Amino acid sequence: MINTGDTAWVLISSALVMLMTPGLAFFYGGMVRRKNMLSILMQCFIILAALSLQWVLFGYSLAFAPAKGFWGGFNWFALKGVGLEPYADYAATIPHQAFMIFQAMFAIITPALIIGAFAERMKFSAFLVFTLLWATFVYDPICHWVWGIGGWLRNLGALDFAGGTVVHINAGIAALVTALVIGKRRNLEGRTPSPHNLPFVVIGTALLWFGWFGFNAGSALAANGLAVNAFVVTNTAAAAAALSWAFIEWMHNGKPTMFGTASGAVAGLVAITPAAGFVSVVPAMIIGILVSVFCFMAVSVIKPKLGYDDSLDAFGVHCIGGIWGALATGLFASKSVNSAGANGLIFGNPKQFLVQLTAVAVTLIYSLVASVIIYKLVDFFIGVRVNEKEEAMGLDLTQHRERAYTILE
Amino acid sequence: MKLIIAIIQPYKLEEVKEELYKAGVNLITVSEVLGHGRQKGVTEVYRGVKETGNLLRKIRLEIAVNENFLESAVNAIVKGAKSGETGDGKIFVLDLKECVRIRTEERGSVAIG
Repeated sequence: MINTGDTAWVLISSALVMLMTPGLAFFYGGMVRRKNMLSILMQCFIILAALSLQWVLFGYSLAFAPAKGFWGGFNWFALKGVGLEPYADYAATIPHQAFMIFQAMFAIITPALIIGAFAERMKFSAFLVFTLLWATFVYDPICHWVWGIGGWLRNLGALDFAGGTVVHINAGIAALVTALVIGKRRNLEGRTPSPHNLPFVVIGTALLWFGWFGFNAGSALAANGLAVNAFVVTNTAAAAAALSWAFIEWMHNGKPTMFGTASGAVAGLVAITPAAGFVSVVPAMIIGILVSVFCFMAVSVIKPKLGYDDSLDAFGVHCIGGIWGALATGLFASKSVNSAGANGLIFGNPKQFLVQLTAVAVTLIYSLVASVIIYKLVDFFIGVRVNEKEEAMGLDLTQHRERAYTILE
Repeated sequence: MKLIIAIIQPYKLEEVKEELYKAGVNLITVSEVLGHGRQKGVTEVYRGVKETGNLLRKIRLEIAVNENFLESAVNAIVKGAKSGETGDGKIFVLDLKECVRIRTEERGSVAIG
């Protein structure tokens, strides 16, 4: 039976999540040097376009068609059999295509997150090929394992409400891989270039926070109490993490920064994602406060020591924040919030923590190995990196023949 | 007293600054300019319309030095800015008539450093 309220909420949520990808474009775009601004916007928009088609053609089928094994197969190719009636195993009260288009927005933003790692130096053609291969051979299978019917991590009982493992750990570890394979940006000699437009970073953060209500509360797939819980804990965790990051900076560097506060908000949103439908408001605060500690350590202490050039901290925020969120779900999940979920460690069920740990480890290992192979293959056949002169001139001019800003007029 | 005006590649700015510090020159003024020399600029395309000969972003440095610092400052700029490619830029050296430090109203050579 189709419920009109549920359907309306899932459609609105789909639109909210769609807006996150352009939001991410400004979040990342503000951080790069201005000669590369358009390249970031372009990469995000092309993903929005290309993966929208990939998803309705075969991505949705690979990820969600019922099947045991590596992925869902091609039974739902071009949405064959994915109609306007509910498909009860995924969502009993909304049209099947509403669920499909909601999931499409997740499939779009996940590869877009990786852009932060190879920003300012990747060839556009190679980027496009890599993204399509990665979406097909990394995102779609992992999505199937965790959320698809017959998926083995789903059957194991792993809790991932809105995509902590599927989206954030998955994209975050792929980001580390691509940053390591492509190598550091040239002519920086250890310096980090200043973000060219921090107000854009803040606009992007605001759009992400706004869209995340669709991402998490929409994942209830109904306009119900669970959606409200997800909405409330999402906002709480983002707020706690933003404050936490600002205070860490205040103590550590003497002044709180806008950039840090925005980064904290995003880290909080990442961490609450897997937990949003399973935890209540106090655990959400703890999750938010601590994620900023872990992510701050990752981007300000560990990254400079290890020396990899994850330009915009896709690994440091999404992978580290995602791992903490997935494990925290195993700690704080409670059946009093969601009877269809499970209790976590502090509610007397240590087994759940181990299941979460397994899901994290499997995602990390599979995504790491598959991403290395795909990225190396693309590098071998096309070459992932622009040459020194193109990098110096900027990707806007050399990859797209246009520039974001003029100096005269 | 001489005034050095140098036009360099934007991405070479940090290296040039470092070389200048090493040479003991700490006072520079930096501005962003557009220009092209033999490189003939770049081609940009907007909605299918080609615009050729567009200007490239460059960095302009202005440095006032006393004669005894001239050679080392010029050498430092060359060392930091040279890649061997077209577009590395130019250095101009001009005679400087006067220099005033506003805070103290000192004039001439003492006001430069």
